[in-house]
Amino acid sequence: MGNKVLMKGNEAIAEAAIRSGCRHYLGYPITPQTELAAYMAKRMPKIGGVFLQAESEIAAINMVYGVAATGRRVMTSSSSPGISLKQEGISYIAGSDLPCLIVNVQRGGPGLGGIQPSQSDYFQATKGGGHGDYHLIVVAPSSVQEMAQLTGLAFDLAEKYRMPAMLLADGTVGQMMEPVELPDEKDVEFTEKDWAVTGTKMQRPHHIVNSLYLVPDELERKNFERFERYRRIQETEARYESFLMDDAEICVVAFGIAARVSKNAVLAARAEGLKVGMIRPITLWPFPSQALKEAADRVKGFVSVELSMGQMIEDIKLAISCRKPVELVNRAGGMIMSPDEVLAGIRKMNGGDNQ
Amino acid sequence: MIVFEKPKSLTDAELHYCPGCTHGIIHRLVAEAIDTLGIEGRTIGIAPVGCAVMAYNYFSCDMVEAAHGRAPAVATGIKRSLPENIVFTYQGDGDLASIGMAETVHAATRNENITVIFVNNAIYGMTGGQMAPTSLPGQITQTSPYGRDVKTAGYPVKVAELLSALDGPEFIARVAVNNVKNVKNAKKIIQKAFENQIDGKGFSLVEVISACPTNWGMTPQNALKWIDEKMIPYYPLGIFKNKSEGEEAIER
Amino acid sequence: MTTGILIAGFGGQGILFAGKFLANMGMLEGRHLSWLPSYGPEMRGGTANCSVVLSDDPIGSPIVNHPDVLVAMNLPSLDKYEDEVVSGGTIFVDSSLIGRKVKRADVRVIYIPATQLAHENGIATLANMIIVGKMMKECDFLPYDGIEQAVRTVVSAKHADLFDVNMKAIGIGYQYQ
Repeated sequence: MGNKVLMKGNEAIAEAAIRSGCRHYLGYPITPQTELAAYMAKRMPKIGGVFLQAESEIAAINMVYGVAATGRRVMTSSSSPGISLKQEGISYIAGSDLPCLIVNVQRGGPGLGGIQPSQSDYFQATKGGGHGDYHLIVVAPSSVQEMAQLTGLAFDLAEKYRMPAMLLADGTVGQMMEPVELPDEKDVEFTEKDWAVTGTKMQRPHHIVNSLYLVPDELERKNFERFERYRRIQETEARYESFLMDDAEICVVAFGIAARVSKNAVLAARAEGLKVGMIRPITLWPFPSQALKEAADRVKGFVSVELSMGQMIEDIKLAISCRKPVELVNRAGGMIMSPDEVLAGIRKMNGGDNQ
Repeated sequence: MIVFEKPKSLTDAELHYCPGCTHGIIHRLVAEAIDTLGIEGRTIGIAPVGCAVMAYNYFSCDMVEAAHGRAPAVATGIKRSLPENIVFTYQGDGDLASIGMAETVHAATRNENITVIFVNNAIYGMTGGQMAPTSLPGQITQTSPYGRDVKTAGYPVKVAELLSALDGPEFIARVAVNNVKNVKNAKKIIQKAFENQIDGKGFSLVEVISACPTNWGMTPQNALKWIDEKMIPYYPLGIFKNKSEGEEAIER
Repeated sequence: MTTGILIAGFGGQGILFAGKFLANMGMLEGRHLSWLPSYGPEMRGGTANCSVVLSDDPIGSPIVNHPDVLVAMNLPSLDKYEDEVVSGGTIFVDSSLIGRKVKRADVRVIYIPATQLAHENGIATLANMIIVGKMMKECDFLPYDGIEQAVRTVVSAKHADLFDVNMKAIGIGYQYQ
């Protein structure tokens, strides 16, 4: 770790990726993540890395698939409409058990939507997104510091479990600047993976990277194996931040920029004497269900704060088996709620109608 | 004395292709080129979606199965990651010239140092005989039951001609495998397409006019004749682009 | 102490740059800070604004809904944000571009004809930094020390030739009575 530098969130992802040993970036321009691609275009040629602006998001994710098949660290980035285009490739990468990092700096949708921040790709990110049964590891940074930290974590987890990871940010965290302490440079020396295609050198049987299984029981077995891995991930890799939860009677749940806004509201509510805390999921998949389940034993209700029409709220209700009420505070289309709006939701959950 | 043997870079797996299909010949030519050049140990192949989808079981080098049409993008990723390796795609007409046209054109225009084997049999074989981007005008298929009407379905895509109009690609050629003479020439050209890559020259595509007796509704013999009578007049054979005669190898 | 600053005006007035300078000042002092631009298709001529939060504590929301300090560099910005400023807050008005007075009585208002001063001094594009200079004078959360270093950081090495004019602009604002 070194000194703090002032950086945009998108740039922090790029620099952290390079420091974590990523030497392959393939992408296609789209607002509001373009700084990331521009940063890579500048840096990669100077460090012997690969930067390639693909002809489309579809091509970019398939180039990622190609690099991932060789066992190298590789990433792409885009924003919501572009991520939709990548879904085919992401499904193939998941079906071929390859690691990679996909960054989604979300903007409002559906369709071409807008370019302002949003969290409305939550379902797409956490429930699979493309066709077939699969998951991505999904991390959700709420600060520029976490943009850097979680980039490295996402790569590590992706490689540990041989599956794609997604860093799910939003336009605000992507565009904002904050002081960030960048991770140390990691040794980029490559270790041969026993599944990668690198040429047989006539010393081993050929490796095949593939997601095609025409025999159904073989494909079923593959799915069962993958979900056994997913189960272990759900048990061990869920991450969250607990804020003022010790004596909390109301639990705010929010991630990303919504958690930043909610933090102000929680403090304002505390100033009013309301016992409010917050659980901030850092991984959205695996979702920190256990923490919410335990909180449900103690609090009288939850407030889900989201930049969507209410997507994470479904996972909250599942996690707590609908034992406690869950209030939704949401904005959509690129709008961001104010701390006052969150505070109103907290008061409502507290039983007061005096907002 | 051995008078005939299977190329070493083909596995022992039994091919699934229909009787009379020329995919088997083309697989063999690719494998022979790999053997001759002694590059099997550093070659990585990319199989398409289409009849050759299971090519990954037939070539004994490392193989990757790509999504429909995306093989040139996958090949780009692999080649950029492992520039010392030899990377080839093996694609059909629906894969390369329809759904994957963008990936094809852009890999070509970047002069990606890869080898593309493009099998043009003027029909979608695996899905049961639908119209391909390369189906001939008037050709009857499952989805052009009254014959390909160019007024509504447009004209066939002449891939070799189209790509050779670009400044990027190194080598574009069209060959056929319907008689001994053509097969011998195809062997030479396919090998050249691999040599180009070894020499760092860039994107080399060989379009191979191939027979699909099953979906053309013909005997194998008639299918080979149909290539001479219908396909080759529309898709003339030859080398369409051979950029680097005299030019230096590109750096990647 | 936490200070929320909102700088607003037209694209091309250097709104984001002024914000970046304030962020770098905070950086040099080792404070917590965030800088958040409006982003979008507007490059020149459209509206632009920039939220800067400087704090002694970790920062919650980087979005300044109710600024302690508002810098209005055009009329639409003043119209839009005047009512959002906290009671007791400060509004800086570029009086060469904004004809009307601030209506609020519970805020401190500082008028400075920054754009006019910039033109008069041959630094037409630096009205933003003239206002920044005035802010340094009027706001005790921005110490004048270290200003050179902050300017040096924010005008990148590539544009080192712009250091002097930026310092000049800040000086003009700082001295403006």
